[in-house]
Amino acid sequence: MAPPQSQRSPSPSQPSGKSEVSDLKLQLRQLAGSRAPGTDDLKRDLFKKVISNMTIGIDVSSLFGEMVMCSATSDIVLKKMCYLYVGNYAKGNPELALLTINFLQRDCKDMDPMIRGLALRSLCTLRVENLVEYLVGPLGSGLKDNNSYVRMVAVIGVLKLYHISASTCIDADFPATLKHLMLNDPDTQVVANCLSALQEIWTLESGSSEEAAREREAVHSKPVIYYLLNRIKEFSEWSQCVVLELVAKYVPSDNSEIFDIMNLLEDRLQHANGAVVLATTKVFLHLTLSMADVHQQVYERIKAPLLTQVSSGSPEQSYAILSHLHLLVMRAPYIFSSDYKHFYCQYNEPSYVKKLKLEMLTAVANESNTYEIVTELCEYAANVDIPIARESIRAVGKIALQQYDVNAIVDRLLQFLEMEKDYVTAEALVLVKDLLRKYPQWSQDCIAVVGNISSKNVQEPKAKAALIWMLGEYSQDMNDAPYVLESLVENWDEEHSAEVRLHLLTAVMKCFFKRPPETQKALGAALAAGLADFHQDVHDRALFYYRLLQYKVSVAESVVNPPKQAVSVFADTQNSEVKDRIFDEFNSLSVVYQKPSYMFTDKEHRGILEFSDELGNLSISVESGDSVVPAQRVEENDKDLLLSTTEKDEVRDPGSNGSAYNAPSYDAAISQPLADLALPSTGLTGQAPASSLAIDDLLGLGFPVGTAATPSPPPLNLNPKAVLDPGTFQQKWRQLPISLSEEYSLSPQGIVSLTAPNALLRHMQSHSIQCIASGRQSPNFKFFFFAQKADEASVYLVECIINTSSGKSQINIKADDQSSSQAFSTLFQSALSKFGLP
Amino acid sequence: MMISQFFVLSQRGDNIVFRDYRGEVQKGSAETFFRKVKFWKEDAEGDAPPVFNVDGVNYFHVKAAGLLFVATTRVNVSPSLVLGLLQRIARVIKDYLGVLNEDSFRKNFVLVYELLDEMIDFGYVQTTSTELLKSYVFNEPIMIDAARLPPMGPASIFMQGTKRMPGTAITKSVFANESGGKKREEIFVDVIEKISVTFNSSGFILTSEIDGTIQMKSYLTGNPEIRLALNEDLSIGTSDYRGSGAVILDDCNFHESVHLDSFDVDRTLSLVPPDGEFPVMNYRMTQPFKPPFRINALIEETGPLKAEVTIKIRAEFNSSINANTVLVQMPLPTSTARVNFELEPGAVGHTTDFKETNKRLEWGIKKVVGGSEHTLRAKLTLSHEFHGNIMKEAGPLSMTFTIPMYNASRLQVKYLQIAKKSKAHNPYRWVRYVTQANSYVARL
Repeated sequence: MAPPQSQRSPSPSQPSGKSEVSDLKLQLRQLAGSRAPGTDDLKRDLFKKVISNMTIGIDVSSLFGEMVMCSATSDIVLKKMCYLYVGNYAKGNPELALLTINFLQRDCKDMDPMIRGLALRSLCTLRVENLVEYLVGPLGSGLKDNNSYVRMVAVIGVLKLYHISASTCIDADFPATLKHLMLNDPDTQVVANCLSALQEIWTLESGSSEEAAREREAVHSKPVIYYLLNRIKEFSEWSQCVVLELVAKYVPSDNSEIFDIMNLLEDRLQHANGAVVLATTKVFLHLTLSMADVHQQVYERIKAPLLTQVSSGSPEQSYAILSHLHLLVMRAPYIFSSDYKHFYCQYNEPSYVKKLKLEMLTAVANESNTYEIVTELCEYAANVDIPIARESIRAVGKIALQQYDVNAIVDRLLQFLEMEKDYVTAEALVLVKDLLRKYPQWSQDCIAVVGNISSKNVQEPKAKAALIWMLGEYSQDMNDAPYVLESLVENWDEEHSAEVRLHLLTAVMKCFFKRPPETQKALGAALAAGLADFHQDVHDRALFYYRLLQYKVSVAESVVNPPKQAVSVFADTQNSEVKDRIFDEFNSLSVVYQKPSYMFTDKEHRGILEFSDELGNLSISVESGDSVVPAQRVEENDKDLLLSTTEKDEVRDPGSNGSAYNAPSYDAAISQPLADLALPSTGLTGQAPASSLAIDDLLGLGFPVGTAATPSPPPLNLNPKAVLDPGTFQQKWRQLPISLSEEYSLSPQGIVSLTAPNALLRHMQSHSIQCIASGRQSPNFKFFFFAQKADEASVYLVECIINTSSGKSQINIKADDQSSSQAFSTLFQSALSKFGLP
Repeated sequence: MMISQFFVLSQRGDNIVFRDYRGEVQKGSAETFFRKVKFWKEDAEGDAPPVFNVDGVNYFHVKAAGLLFVATTRVNVSPSLVLGLLQRIARVIKDYLGVLNEDSFRKNFVLVYELLDEMIDFGYVQTTSTELLKSYVFNEPIMIDAARLPPMGPASIFMQGTKRMPGTAITKSVFANESGGKKREEIFVDVIEKISVTFNSSGFILTSEIDGTIQMKSYLTGNPEIRLALNEDLSIGTSDYRGSGAVILDDCNFHESVHLDSFDVDRTLSLVPPDGEFPVMNYRMTQPFKPPFRINALIEETGPLKAEVTIKIRAEFNSSINANTVLVQMPLPTSTARVNFELEPGAVGHTTDFKETNKRLEWGIKKVVGGSEHTLRAKLTLSHEFHGNIMKEAGPLSMTFTIPMYNASRLQVKYLQIAKKSKAHNPYRWVRYVTQANSYVARL
């Protein structure tokens, strides 16, 4: 127990200050030896005062000696307070803690099992390393105690010992004892504690011990799972969750086994505890993954219990469950399509619940229920709760973008524009813009309404940018577009948002090609202002337009106003791999955060849920470049290239463009022509010049770029398109001996650039070295690379551990052809040393 | 599945209880947490979600009785488990202290630490059963004067207006004895229904739902078995149809102590109730039901810079039943400057208010007798001319109320049977019903 920080207002009954502490000391001393009747009551009062001081943050550690002297008592209330006191101060006073060992050890042999348990627990919470030798004996007898309370405490005690001194714990062979208890103890809480303790110990040990890794896997074996499942109802509801989590990882041998398990667990779905219901749901979903029909039935079966959990629990619990429903509905949108009314917001719900419900409504909307859902959402748009009103309008927009029949929605969005509430207008403008990119056929209706909005009433940057985009894009249909743009350009200096200024430049350009005489003046002013702009991106874009116009007006027009196709699908913010990973981690924080756990936990705390150090399970598996490129190129083309600064930023990993280009945002309008330029040059020479490498990084496209561009190429040539599947890699890694092991230093720039590990992967790829897996355990990064000789099938495998604090990297190379591993090492080293350099 | 720290904070952010189980999270976590929650609100982002991550530490919190119960961990755990656990810890402490508030916590912190040490060891849950914990806990609770306390929690709704209930029973510790030294044998079974209804502008019901719970709190000695019989025509799910006019629940779930052996046959639940308060059964119903109140609300422009609001509510339940603490609220147009209220003649126990800061009308009625009808007129003076549709600027109207002895679903406890150990005395059995508004909304 840590003393609370706040020291203000101790209640009058509580003593404060030094004199009281010395007073207490005196009184304790007097009582220590007394055997008079009633002593225990006096002691109780004193102890309470001591503990009370401790809780409000007064240091009473000076009483340690007296407290220990007074602890010779049979009164259990006194003992407990004493243990509480000792546990709090022992860590800071190791030599005093030694004083307590004696009486704690004695208490561990008390007649009363309660005292044995309490003493053992206190003994193990001292957390003083030089006292571990005193723990082994009492723990050993505690594990064999005939009272289950003592065994329960002892099992957790073993885990505590492991954290104080792992070697002492392992040397005493405690894990084996726990394993025996787990499979034989009559008390289910002892069993559950063994399971938790062993999972923690084995997970931590598995890094260094193959046996521990094997043991950890063995928990998922059929006999253990069946043994636990058969007793599941005897476990407490919390321990049931531990068992169910384990069962979810079990791989049954055939379908009948799957049905047996589901039948056994079906009544767990009716449990009042939401955690049990979710854990059961996870088992059902994971067991049936390979059985499509049954998997669908599982969705139907879990629907009602989960909805009940949403409405019967606290708002906090609803939040946790709704997050999971959202994940499910993304995988199977139809399951809740007729239950959409459950996701209508109630006016008194906390906003975090409302937001999730809005997401649910967006996700369940389909042809049959859209009209009603949108009607409901429109009610919220007029809501007094402004953040929710905004979210509701965005939800309407999202639904419009995912539906085919949008007539009714467009009408309603246009009504929003007329509502005369600033925030409603702002949100609606952004939506109308997106809508027009997908459904250009609505432009007539929308433009008529948008044309009536005065740009002076629109202040929010996103909304203003949207309005300006429409002015540029539809300037032929909006009579006063050139003049509105002109007045906006006149106020250039007052426009604080760079995003708006960027859009203004582009819009004026577009307008110029459609209505040249009216816009010429504004264009001149805009380009001049843009060139003088302090913001790098604005400046660059202005310069780019200027040079483009100088070069050839017709080319400029084809760049700025190309024939456009409607956007069919807006890029999803999450790729399917990430989604699958979150689904694997069902019933964990990953679902609430909508991120896989490797994005928000340190490796050592990832726990038993996921992630092992074995190759196949390593976190980021990067596919070889050429298979990624087509997908990404399609995505690029699919977006409106002239307008995607913001969306692009969201999709992109913020650090993935490495050190080559660090500006916060970039303009896709530039990237398109440059990409076209860059491609032929790689194709022609096969040897990419350094400049196109930089462009490659700048675009974040990751297309493969020829061979390594080292100034003095070593004799070894690598295949730029080497392919190796993880299984083969793993197999080869096991078979081959280490042929070379070296340590290099990395440049400081390289270390800094490692904040975005993907940049390194791309960098190495440009040197024809592919990454197959990577992981992180601060301060270390670990990568597995492979490369292949250009002319034969011989491959090199590399394990590379980079310590970011020392700047050193440890390289282990295995090779089919060991004679060339030194040459490869040189190549690898030269590639690595260039990482992060401009 | 483990937590690193547990702490309880007051609304001002003071540390009331702080227990560090694993020493993996830094000491300043309580401050980090409180600042985050506070700024969430101030940044107009709404309420902080119950789970968030700051610098690799996951913070979980639930609100109970105005206090924040918080757990931290660095591990990727099940959010529903930790949030459920926090809720349970709050309930267990309430079982022991009788009432849950800052004062009772401060007076009983040694007992609270005792409980926390037995409930969680090294971050792993050991037991949260009030009953089992009794044998490990030795400090006796110091009771605080319950009479002075503001009512809170679902159970306290019985304390208002109904003379039937001994108010202290609800705030009694599982340890507490009656003044005579003899423990009073009694058991409470509460059927609590929270109803949500949304009416559209023409008074038609758009959505309606009942979320019910049968809550039990037993002070019986000797842990006798209890049989609880519900309506025989109770149906669960649409596939389980038991004749017309039946009560059809969409779904339900049960406490783990409940045996359902004869539930499918005669709708009886049998259980040995553990000590402390717990939900025997939670249920959910979307079958149409008769809403207890009908609402008519109207706003009209009556001239330049003038508008009038008329609200009429009708209590559609039996005249032997009263609704308590009825409150009607309605946001008015933002340009509203002044409001004059007109109540019907002879109205007693009505309060009216115009909240200037959030432009909200509030109409409170202490007691509404079944079958009665009440009307409020409010004349608004607007500060500037209005263009659009005034209907879009006001509302929706929302209503809160508590109706004891009434349940909208018609689910009933037919009988409560206690397997008697001795014939000497008959324990007190309280079966109580109450309906509360959860979200009762009328759109304009």
